[in-house]
Amino acid sequence: MIGIINYGVGNLRSVENALNFLNIPNTIIGKPVEIKKCNKLILPGVGAFGPAIKKLNELGFAKEFIRFGGQKPILGICLGMQLLFEESCEYGHHKGLGLIKGKVLPFSKKIKKLPLPLIGWNEIKTKRKSPLLQDISNDAAFYFVHSFYCEPTDKSVILASTDYGIKFASIINKNNIYGCQFHPEKSQSAGLKILENFNKLI
Amino acid sequence: MIKKRLIPVLYIKNGLIVRSEGFSYHQNIGNVINEAKRYNEWNVDELIYIDISRKKNYDLRRDDHGVKSYNSIGEIINAISKICFMPLTFGGGIRNIKDIDYRIKNGADKITLNTGAFENPKLISEAAEKYGSQAVVISVDYKIVKGQPILFTDFGQKNTKTTVLNWIKKCEELGAGEIFLNSIDRDGKANGYDLTTIKKVVKSTKLPVIACGGAHNVSDFIKLARDVNISAIAAGNIFHFTELSYPLAKTLLKKGGLNFR
Repeated sequence: MIGIINYGVGNLRSVENALNFLNIPNTIIGKPVEIKKCNKLILPGVGAFGPAIKKLNELGFAKEFIRFGGQKPILGICLGMQLLFEESCEYGHHKGLGLIKGKVLPFSKKIKKLPLPLIGWNEIKTKRKSPLLQDISNDAAFYFVHSFYCEPTDKSVILASTDYGIKFASIINKNNIYGCQFHPEKSQSAGLKILENFNKLI
Repeated sequence: MIKKRLIPVLYIKNGLIVRSEGFSYHQNIGNVINEAKRYNEWNVDELIYIDISRKKNYDLRRDDHGVKSYNSIGEIINAISKICFMPLTFGGGIRNIKDIDYRIKNGADKITLNTGAFENPKLISEAAEKYGSQAVVISVDYKIVKGQPILFTDFGQKNTKTTVLNWIKKCEELGAGEIFLNSIDRDGKANGYDLTTIKKVVKSTKLPVIACGGAHNVSDFIKLARDVNISAIAAGNIFHFTELSYPLAKTLLKKGGLNFR
């Protein structure tokens, strides 16, 4: 059973719809106690870092989520991936969940000539093999929507990188912890494959 | 590197997909859900739906399509988002934050604002703060008046006397995430994209621009993608009337060395 964490921001329905379409058992988790019935968790996310981390803390999800991530697979999507990091400077300075060492930084400081936010389909360059990337072809493209990017301290956590004027981490992985900067639930068949692969992780 | 997007635009009128010309003539094309299935099978980059129903009553009860009826745009969004796994944008008739909540809650990834934003520009920042800039697309419907692109609202009926460039600048400052630029003059006319205006707009803003209006065939897409550093190309009618037009367009764009998915 995959639990989709509902912390009151963003669009959960698209993740739920994609899992239902794939016949993957899932449940929306509104309270930390409900985490017990899941063997995997997805942290979705659309919106801003500050309000999101505040909600996760207020609802008591942060601690439980960190504990869960030490034992079983978790997947952060878009803002959900960024929240896994130690800190972000999106509209102020915010502490993240700290499961992955590193920072969330704005594109606007590095990128001057490309449109922002980054919206659209982009390729990923795989850095190492992973069960999450099983049967994903080299030229597969995924749907990205963001203005901030993750910069891990330890580069070995980067599973795939993507080029948008600069190279940034598009998939990260450390032990049980996974994160996609793009939206697998919005990336047609290649994206659905990622969700299927995540479901198969042990 | 990021790919340019090719986006079908679908107009919904009282629950049916219609063909649009000059923003006023509408011909029924088919059932919303069946059309969504077809586009999903075509592996499209994204879909934009604009609800142009004057009266908000919905009826999909057409015997020839054998699909259940829907009473609201929310139900339609809900049904589409269950079978389409690409970004979904919904626009038309959005006047306040509740209208936006309703669409996002039902499965929209982005919404478009036109009249609602012009009458109440604060709605742009309110929506951007709540859902992020990326969810707020500004639909800029324009006509060329005395050589200048001018913003029109209310289904393209009302001249706002505001230049497109000034309006876009304001929207950008208020937190909009994307510009959907739509030429009323060329809607349904198949006389090619308005390259002059599109070029001006792309140069003037850092936001991604989706250009729409006037596509006759694939060579119009190729021309636009070659001549202008555009983020996305949108079209409506061309995808309705030509068999396999979307996959064919993608193949030809890629053959032309253009960066599409």
